[in-house]
Amino acid sequence: MNVHTGIGASILRKEDRRFITGKGNYVADIKRPDMVMGVFLRSPHAHALIKGIDIKVAAALPGVAAIFTGADLAADKVGGLPCAWGVSNADGKPMKEPPRSAMAVDKVRCVGDAVAFVIADTVEQAREAADAIEVDYEVLPAVVGVLDAIRPGAAAVFDDIPDNTCFDWECGDAKATAAAFKNAAHVAKISLVNNRLVGNPMEPRAAVAEYDAGRDHYTMWTTSQFPHVVKVLMGNFVLNIPQHKLRIVAPDVGGGFGVKQFLYAEEIITTWASRKVGRPVKWVNERSEGFLSDAHGRDHVSEAELALDETGKFLGLKVRTVANMGGYLSTFGPNIPTNLYGLLLAGVYTTPAIHCEVKGVFTNTVPVDAYRGAGRPEATFLLERLVDVAASEMKIDKAEIRRKNMIDASQYPYQTPVIVKYDSGDPKACLEKALEDSDWGGFAKRKEESKARGKLRGIGLCTYVEACGLAPSRIVQSLGARAGIFESATVRVHVTGDVTVLIGTHNHGQGHETTFAQIVSEKLSIPADKIEIVFGDTDRVQFGLGTYGSRSLAVGGTALAKATDKIIAKGAKIAAHMLEAGEGDIVFENGSFAVQGTDRSKSFGDVVGAAYGLVNFPVDVLEPGMEAQAFYDPVNFTYPGGAHIAEVEIDPECGSVDLVSYIAVDDIGTVINPMIVAGQLHGGIAQGVGQALFENCVYDETSGQMLSASFMDYCMPRADNMPNMEIVTLSTLCTHTSFGVKGCGEVGTIGSPATVINAVVDALSHLGVSHVDMPATPSRIWRIIHNSANQLRAAE
Amino acid sequence: MNVEMTVNGKTVKADTSPSLLLSDFLRENLNLTGTHVGCDTSQCGACVVHIDGVSMKSCTLLAVTVDGKSVTTIEGLARTANADLHPMQLAFHHNHGLQCGFCTPGMIMSAVDFAKRTPNPTEGDVRHWLEGNICRCTGYQNIVAAVLAGAAAMQAQAGG
Ligand code: FES
Ligand code: FES
Repeated sequence: MNVHTGIGASILRKEDRRFITGKGNYVADIKRPDMVMGVFLRSPHAHALIKGIDIKVAAALPGVAAIFTGADLAADKVGGLPCAWGVSNADGKPMKEPPRSAMAVDKVRCVGDAVAFVIADTVEQAREAADAIEVDYEVLPAVVGVLDAIRPGAAAVFDDIPDNTCFDWECGDAKATAAAFKNAAHVAKISLVNNRLVGNPMEPRAAVAEYDAGRDHYTMWTTSQFPHVVKVLMGNFVLNIPQHKLRIVAPDVGGGFGVKQFLYAEEIITTWASRKVGRPVKWVNERSEGFLSDAHGRDHVSEAELALDETGKFLGLKVRTVANMGGYLSTFGPNIPTNLYGLLLAGVYTTPAIHCEVKGVFTNTVPVDAYRGAGRPEATFLLERLVDVAASEMKIDKAEIRRKNMIDASQYPYQTPVIVKYDSGDPKACLEKALEDSDWGGFAKRKEESKARGKLRGIGLCTYVEACGLAPSRIVQSLGARAGIFESATVRVHVTGDVTVLIGTHNHGQGHETTFAQIVSEKLSIPADKIEIVFGDTDRVQFGLGTYGSRSLAVGGTALAKATDKIIAKGAKIAAHMLEAGEGDIVFENGSFAVQGTDRSKSFGDVVGAAYGLVNFPVDVLEPGMEAQAFYDPVNFTYPGGAHIAEVEIDPECGSVDLVSYIAVDDIGTVINPMIVAGQLHGGIAQGVGQALFENCVYDETSGQMLSASFMDYCMPRADNMPNMEIVTLSTLCTHTSFGVKGCGEVGTIGSPATVINAVVDALSHLGVSHVDMPATPSRIWRIIHNSANQLRAAE
Repeated sequence: MNVEMTVNGKTVKADTSPSLLLSDFLRENLNLTGTHVGCDTSQCGACVVHIDGVSMKSCTLLAVTVDGKSVTTIEGLARTANADLHPMQLAFHHNHGLQCGFCTPGMIMSAVDFAKRTPNPTEGDVRHWLEGNICRCTGYQNIVAAVLAGAAAMQAQAGG
């Protein structure tokens, strides 16, 4: 091989060409013969009884093929949307799990709840007909905020759950934590909000479903991060379609960020409707509709306390969080604010006692589920804000307090007090590198320079750890997952020696077509451009759990490496036969099978040729062909971690926050493609910066109307909001994945909100400010500056 | 209503409804699905095409208003460079200026117009120009690098 295309090579992406030429194949691009268009009529009320739905006028309009309501689905025995993760209350009782029908039947529970599906020849006709449907609503009082929802007398989202409480979960050791607080020299406290976000991948969700009556078979193309899971959940639990009669295809998908990893009602209804109308049905979300129907992220209200000894050592951590579940339980909803949050609260510190209570609460809002980072940004934000508060109250340097409490590299594997056990890491190395690269020591001078220009400068530091690489089936099932989580890959070596990989993860921007080819290239010593990666089609790929939680490389990549190992083992068998040597004497090196200690060898191509050519092949002991599959279920999560540092400049005149520098030092294990990793980090950081400075999903507290349901009202980072970021990667190796990879897709989003807000608070600390809720918008900052200035004046 | 326009060098005649958006006309009538629709409020820029060489959001134009004009979409961009790929397309590839690829056609079309107007842009110029295009994946850093490189390549090509 002339050019190295294996591990560590920043080769350009194989998938780019179709995207830069406009030849991507997204779901909205798909057309089928005789296709009709579907439009959902959605509730304008946050909470209302449906007294009646009159479709008569609408059904008679031109082009209308059918109109379905929740009653039609119920009459056809269409099941509800299943929740795939159940958690228990502290007393061991299971969470409350109210049923969720695919379309509202007698009650709507959030603005955007679907009440009818209109199918017509064109989208315009379907829209017109939807407008003509008369729904008789009896509007009920709505609850939006979690604290309001658990107040006595609050409206009940579900009649049989009067306290709106889905679960009362806890982790850690309450007694030990209480004891730690008794011994504390200082207790730092914080109350904070983790604002509700909308993921907003640039491609809106869409589905196209086609029922083939001749074969009694369904195909559904969908914008999904995990088509096989859609197939199992929808086929088996909702529509009762045998698995062999259902094909799910997720072709090019324009970003996911978690938002596209849930089973959605629209997928179910479109698929069901394609049989009912006997024609392919297409539905494409509009952006403002997406705000009302994509699952949301975050939305916590928390109180936390950190107990410290007189030297600043952490003794104990107490956290109480109320998490919004929305109007229904989404696919993984209950798992996010519990296991993915509470179990990460140890961070990279040696805090011996932790206790965390999380109350999951129903409200009249869009369901909340995993969004990039999912639970871990919330944990990191809380912990790292609290550590900063402790540092400033105890007058300890913010880097020093972290250094003092960090797990030392020599302490790994490290058992935290909240179940998880970190296999590898070196947080101190990340911290020191970040401090050095950011010139932490030189900050005072830069602050002075800013001051001379009338600006307030702040520096923020955050360290974090992430649990990713979902799998470990044994662990996740003990935490409430209702299925195993693992990954599969098949390596198909063609007669010519070209390779097709069939893998169960999904590529929607992460560059898998390149990274996974690099793994095979490394192992088989063939160029990456001879390797094709196939994903996202349940008819081509046997099984897989999809892409989320930075699992693709750690779990899928390891399955792929293992399948490739099987190819090499098979090759060695064939080579032994060809070279008339013992199988144990064959070594595979630099693309050839050689008899150890001799110059006798067969190239990979020769061996593949023999596998299919069968010349003198002992078919009784050796199967022809060259294909291998592996399933991989790791023993543990992977634990990337790192330290991020940002500087901001605030204009006190208008409150605007300018992010002037950002340095991320991340330990993500072995890096397969540094170019792709940097890109993942850039994007992840931008999403965290979005939460910290701009993004906020806002509901009107009384009506439950969403006030931020378009790109005009929901502000996402644009090119001039972001600085050039410096990305540094360190690599302690994961102990159980191939090549020691850990994952990098979410680390940027996990580290950046706390980093940026710590910098904002630092810039305002001279005003006595100890916390700023996200997003730190100009109006919020301006008000803080002016209120504190007034207070300071009054105190004088 | 009858419209006639040139799309990627070909004359196109159609009888369309007066309310049909250009983005829908391109995607539905002409199957030019490289032009993407990412929003309904003209904020995202996924739908940017060139009308008589000027970048425009095709979701804000009615197809009938383009009557008699020349439209270039991402599918026809390489033609204007008389090459397999336009230098700006290549620059996005070489600088990893895309991830999921959904914003990419709009970004590239917008960037080509920018580079024509601004021969020697600074990073600040690029960031400012891209205000009308949202990318959710890349954090913009590599897009900015791509646009700078693409602009330089276009400049070199024009000079050579
Ligand atoms: S689709 Fe045209 S700007 Fe968003
Ligand atoms: S590459 Fe995905 S939105 Fe820009």
